[in-house]
Amino acid sequence: MKGLMSVFRKELADNFNSMRFIILSLIMYGGGVLLTIFVAAQNIRSGVTETTQFIFLRLFTVSGDSQLFSFPFFMSFFIPILGIVLGFDAINGERTSGNLSRISSQPIYRDTVINGKFLAGLVTIAILVISLVMLISGIGLRMIGVPPGPDEILRLFTFIFITIIYGAFWLALAILFSVFFDRIATSALASIGVWIFVLIFVSLIASVIASVVAPLGQNPGQALQIQHDQIVSYVSLISPIVLYGQSIQAILIPSHPVMFVVSLYYTGLEPNPLPLNQSLLIAWPQIISLIALTALCFAGSYIRFMREEIRAT
Amino acid sequence: MSDKVIIETRDLVKSYGKFVAVDRLNLSITEGQVFGFLGPNGAGKTTTLLMLLGLTEPTSGTATICGYDSIREPVEIKRLAGYLPEKVGFYEDLTAAENLDYTAALNGLSRKISVKKIDDLLNIVGLSDMANKKVRTFSHGMKQRLGIADVMIKDPKVAFFDEPTAGIDPEGIEQVLGLIANMARRKVTIVLSSHQLHHVQKVCTRVGILSKGRLVAEGSVDELGREKIAGGKVRIEIQVAEPSRKLVKLVEKIKGVTGVESTGNVLLISCEKDLRRQIAKVAADCDSLIVQMKIEEYGLDEIYMKYFSERQI
Repeated sequence: MKGLMSVFRKELADNFNSMRFIILSLIMYGGGVLLTIFVAAQNIRSGVTETTQFIFLRLFTVSGDSQLFSFPFFMSFFIPILGIVLGFDAINGERTSGNLSRISSQPIYRDTVINGKFLAGLVTIAILVISLVMLISGIGLRMIGVPPGPDEILRLFTFIFITIIYGAFWLALAILFSVFFDRIATSALASIGVWIFVLIFVSLIASVIASVVAPLGQNPGQALQIQHDQIVSYVSLISPIVLYGQSIQAILIPSHPVMFVVSLYYTGLEPNPLPLNQSLLIAWPQIISLIALTALCFAGSYIRFMREEIRAT
Repeated sequence: MSDKVIIETRDLVKSYGKFVAVDRLNLSITEGQVFGFLGPNGAGKTTTLLMLLGLTEPTSGTATICGYDSIREPVEIKRLAGYLPEKVGFYEDLTAAENLDYTAALNGLSRKISVKKIDDLLNIVGLSDMANKKVRTFSHGMKQRLGIADVMIKDPKVAFFDEPTAGIDPEGIEQVLGLIANMARRKVTIVLSSHQLHHVQKVCTRVGILSKGRLVAEGSVDELGREKIAGGKVRIEIQVAEPSRKLVKLVEKIKGVTGVESTGNVLLISCEKDLRRQIAKVAADCDSLIVQMKIEEYGLDEIYMKYFSERQI
């Protein structure tokens, strides 16, 4: 336990001192705060009517005219980079620098190294996410002057929690590659490759599969259309980015919790906000999937690392 | 020096697929010895060290240090044993003192003790004025000395040095060997692997020669030399002022002499033990003037070459 704390403390200090983390966190603070606040605060005023609920949450959900730049989108883009940056050279970096054989000949269990590193990365992500949300909340509070209600605060915490898990997944994935590949460049490229794959190609593959299974043709009926869209949505669920997007959509937009394509056909309904536990229920499968993916990656790197020969190369 | 066995291996085998790196190695090293592990590259020296430290799993057989099993009790082993890998690395962005501090923390030393100890150790290895310089500015020799301090910080009972003199300048080699001898004086059992023979000869009390994973010879340098080159005999060379048949005959009659070769005025006498006294007496009896008399000493180089040239035939 003492060993774990030592590794954890050192890795945490390393993370915060590393130039790449400093650069990335500056981008995230700068981009997140400036753009989100600027875009959101301007659009919130115009969208608010007397019956609008959850005004504060809109800080985190409303985007600019392009519909592209909302805070969750921003996070879903930058959190993977953060996780990869913190983890891509976790183990092979130590090996290349000749530290691994030195450290693992100290009286600690071998898993202490990998646990300490994962934990330190996780805490780093948590600190960044929490501070970013707090910062935006603070500035937003001044700009829109509407305090968050207790329900909104709980929703924000849930959002933070999910975002940290999302980060943990990318961290675990990067560490997995850093255990399996001896070269730092290879593991970095592998992590980035996976990220780009799920970012761009998953939706492409999903629509290809859907067109094969349920071809739309010239004049598709509604049933076929629904089937087609369902296949697209099911296939895209393999992407952690989609999982994250859907779960935070359920949490942050209580009036439109519906995330499956079927919902498109009910848009005529009056928005009727769900209580938090109902929103959670909707997001639950996605959250669990994210946790499971993280655990899978971590378990893979753990098993490989424990059995590995540690040789200075 | 006591006879207590500190390091022991029994039928230790490590194979990588079909390639056998270490083949049924039986080794026992007693307390306070400086054991030199010799052999060409790829002979299995490092693999043996790694198995002793529990950094890689043996295919079969056991390795123990102070009675602890290397596979089942790696943490106890690492508490007792220090290891300086061949290509030792440190955290380049940390200072020498910070690097040692991390090792001390992993060994569970309290801050109070470690601060003083780091100071002392840096003094011993001659790096006290570099204590607060980042390791990235260090030369290879300095890193090697820092590595020795890193090993010493846990007060090991056993220390493993893998090629400690490789790639450093002559002055650095002297310093490193001096430090190792210094540790040996403190009753630390030392295992040193190297292919630089005269370095091993300088500090080691025993040597083992490893070839293709097998221990082909083991003993003190003198023993090995006598056994291998002279076939278990002592060879005495005398040079006389003028050659004399009488002397040759008389020498042949001395009990214990097994052969005499004479070339010019040099006699090469093989005997079962050191018979210089008797030979001198015989020479005096027949009025021969001895110009010089010496007992042949064997360098590790010759022993080593003898082993490997024989094996190649």
